[in-house]
Amino acid sequence: MTKEEIKKTIVEAIYEIAPEHEGEEIPEKENLQESLEIDSYDFLNLLTALAEKLGVEVPEEDYGKVDTLEHMVDYFSNHMK
Amino acid sequence: MIYKMPSLGADMESGILAEWKVKEGDRLKKGDVIADIETSKGIIEAEIYEDGTVEKIVGKEGTEYPVGTPLAVVRTEKDDDETIRKELAEVEAAAGGEAPKEEGAAETVFPSSEKEEQTASAPKSAAEEIFGAIAETKDEAVQEVGRIRATPLARKRARELGIDLKELAKRVRGKISARDVEEVARQLFKPGAAKPDAMRMAIAAAMSRSNAEIPHYYLSTPIDMTSALSWLRDLNAKRSIKDRILPAALMIRAVVEALKEVPELNGFWKEGPVPSEAIHPGIAIARREGGLITPAMIDAHKMNLDETMQALSDLITRTRGGKLTSSQMTEQTVTITNLGDLGVEKVFGVIYPPQVALIGFGRIMERPWAVGDAIAVRKVVEASIAGDHRATDGRTGALFLAKLDKILQNPEELL
Repeated sequence: MTKEEIKKTIVEAIYEIAPEHEGEEIPEKENLQESLEIDSYDFLNLLTALAEKLGVEVPEEDYGKVDTLEHMVDYFSNHMK
Repeated sequence: MIYKMPSLGADMESGILAEWKVKEGDRLKKGDVIADIETSKGIIEAEIYEDGTVEKIVGKEGTEYPVGTPLAVVRTEKDDDETIRKELAEVEAAAGGEAPKEEGAAETVFPSSEKEEQTASAPKSAAEEIFGAIAETKDEAVQEVGRIRATPLARKRARELGIDLKELAKRVRGKISARDVEEVARQLFKPGAAKPDAMRMAIAAAMSRSNAEIPHYYLSTPIDMTSALSWLRDLNAKRSIKDRILPAALMIRAVVEALKEVPELNGFWKEGPVPSEAIHPGIAIARREGGLITPAMIDAHKMNLDETMQALSDLITRTRGGKLTSSQMTEQTVTITNLGDLGVEKVFGVIYPPQVALIGFGRIMERPWAVGDAIAVRKVVEASIAGDHRATDGRTGALFLAKLDKILQNPEELL
């Protein structure tokens, strides 16, 4: 999977978790929870959905490495190899 | 048994019978959903509280009824033929007396909405505002079935903004889009003057009542969460992502255990203290479209940590999907609010009447903390309680917070 495809998958998962943002551009470098106003429950759901779609489970100690869209794309592309 | 429009919360005076989930002749078990009721808090699955068979349905779908209006007769084990005959007569009389015109299944029988149309410019009470708004919602829901073509988002925005789609349809060619609704809303309302939505008004009514009637006391204490969180982290590290536990579930579980030891804070004030044996904490959950609901986590006192997490997931999903059950809407015995994700340090809440306490948590923050003779950085949460001073004293609240602290220092017992 290319980085572009991973990003597309993540953005689609975000739209499913927080449908009110559907169609919006998701900021690359901002903290996702803050900029999208999603709580820890939504965030866990997002990671659960991504684990299913991309086959990578993010352990809790790595939550700091998936805090922005950009970091999330990097994290999944590194761990999917 | 006569099935009546249920009261789904202290602030509800009427509801729209959105859809019957049963038909005449159906057998129901206690807890089965008999109908979907639309309220200012969304669609609620109304459950039946006794086993029985649906004998007769008189309530019409799409119609708004005041709380207590007979909607159906359900034959339970206790009912003999004579009782059922009487109940049928009563229900049919009620339906006949207020029956909408033949083609008017859409028509409301709730008086204040008619009044509102006639006296639109007169000042309205909060209750009239709420139920006026509900009536409008219902009108549009019905129109949408008829000849008005609008996108689902347009309908949703129209409901939120109080825009009459029928009026708009005269001006818009083709299907009405959300953009059309937004545009007309901009023309109609000056900024800041928009009419508050039904849920805002329902919250306003309940909270005004609380502050007027309940003498609150407030207490707060910082709790060191370091060991609880590291225990939770170890637990989650061994689990698949689907089975992870959020700190919020751990805190709810701890509150429930502490309430078992200080039962005076779990229950109601009804001209005197009425403690509840069961613990059904109302969990404050933000809705996506704004506003807040505090549905009950039924029988939380019987749950282990995993069950608490599952119940929390279910409540959040149902709240945000607009599908709570009637018992989740009405059986709260205490409220828990966790504003942690918003980043505030402490929360001092307003008790939801007739409950007698509200427990609040702020954000878990790293703070300097004395450990023995040294200062360490620990993860700390500020736990607070708002108590009804008629039911309990500050000492009871303090005892509760002390128990809560102790429980959170031994999280393994919460499994």
